Amino acid sequence: MPLTREQIAQRIAQEVEDGFVVNLGIGIPTLVANYIPSNKFVMFQSENGLLGMGPYPLEKDVDPDLINAGKQTVTAAKGASFFSSADSFAMIRGGHVDLTVLGAMEVDEEGNIANWMVPGKMVKGMGGAMDLVAGARRVIVAMQHADKTGASKLRKKCTLPLTGRKCITKIVSDYGVIEVTPQGFVLKEYAPDLSPEKVLDATEGKMTIAPDVKPMRLA
Amino acid sequence: MSRKVYSDAMSALNGVSDGMTLVIGGFGLCGIPENCIGALREMGVKGLTCVSNNAGVDDFGLGLLLQNRQIKKMLSSYVGENALFEKQYLSGELELEFVPQGTLAERMRAGGAGIPGFFTATGVGTKVAEGKETRTFDGREYILERGIVGDYALVKAWKGDKFGNLIYRKTARNFNPLAATAGKITVAEVEELVEIGELDPDEVHTPGVFVQRIFQGKNYQKRIEQLTVRKG
Repeated sequence: MPLTREQIAQRIAQEVEDGFVVNLGIGIPTLVANYIPSNKFVMFQSENGLLGMGPYPLEKDVDPDLINAGKQTVTAAKGASFFSSADSFAMIRGGHVDLTVLGAMEVDEEGNIANWMVPGKMVKGMGGAMDLVAGARRVIVAMQHADKTGASKLRKKCTLPLTGRKCITKIVSDYGVIEVTPQGFVLKEYAPDLSPEKVLDATEGKMTIAPDVKPMRLA
Repeated sequence: MSRKVYSDAMSALNGVSDGMTLVIGGFGLCGIPENCIGALREMGVKGLTCVSNNAGVDDFGLGLLLQNRQIKKMLSSYVGENALFEKQYLSGELELEFVPQGTLAERMRAGGAGIPGFFTATGVGTKVAEGKETRTFDGREYILERGIVGDYALVKAWKGDKFGNLIYRKTARNFNPLAATAGKITVAEVEELVEIGELDPDEVHTPGVFVQRIFQGKNYQKRIEQLTVRKG
């Protein structure tokens, strides 16, 4: 069995270091916050202008003036600050954000990512994704390995319009942990119920198995 | 001194006419100039170019102007959550320029600061870069983006004084301070309009020099797009 969305988030949480400033995208990335151990001090940045995002509010504390980038009502954590969108993207573009986690429709073996547009079909926009992939010090992609038809989303070459060029170095999918190197995808860890060969079979882009490959540890 | 104070949105928007470019603050439905949008709909001005991070929802925010077909073109980073927008765009009725969110913020900031263009790595190698000048600095490629100045800028603040000094509240700040700098005429609507001298200068986010017209708004709905709560 591939990993659940929660398990993907759980694995990504292990990449978050004490003292990090982290921006989490919508979907699976949002869940990562639930798995940060309390002994790590982490500040979550929300690109609409909040550094130090807290949990969802109690019903009585809901404030329409306090939302995250997914337009959800949130709270401000201790030590939080509010700022304009220009300051927010100065943090992001200026390389002050340690880690950004975002979803993808496709990633290819060169580290290109597509996650904002399906021509003629989906017209939503890139939001802050292009700035995030261009600016954050580290970008981790949280994604399903295959689309609904079973086709691999880890491609030889992205077919959809790009969000960023050669900017992805790490992917955590429901099949495993994959690094993107000049030699293509490298499988570092695989979902405990799968085998490295199974992950390879499910991947369209060029993938090699790391010599020290191991099953993912989720606890 | 209080030449800047207007009684309501309708009077403050005097002069807005067909075909103008409006730079508008807000993120989603948070911190949007509700009163101004309502007045624009009432005025019926058409052929507008709106520079705004989002396009509202079907029946609120800029969605109200889309319903009335008053918008010709949008510059936005994200327009999901708006079925009407999608329909008008796919049918070719509405022009759209997608601008990455950070680039949009910086284009407003630059425009307001008298900077006609700037280089950014955001969007390099994507559709956003098409037709744009590129330049390499320290081995990395950047694209040239232009500053934006609107005929009018419409912003929403929490408190303001009669000189136009503004204070925003929490994440309702977002694009508002940038939009405020980027209008030939900037109209600010505030929840509370106070006398000059009542705001602590240390707390002011937008100095009054950027604001030409100000009024106290009314009947704020402050709609929530995604109500999310935790159990106590």
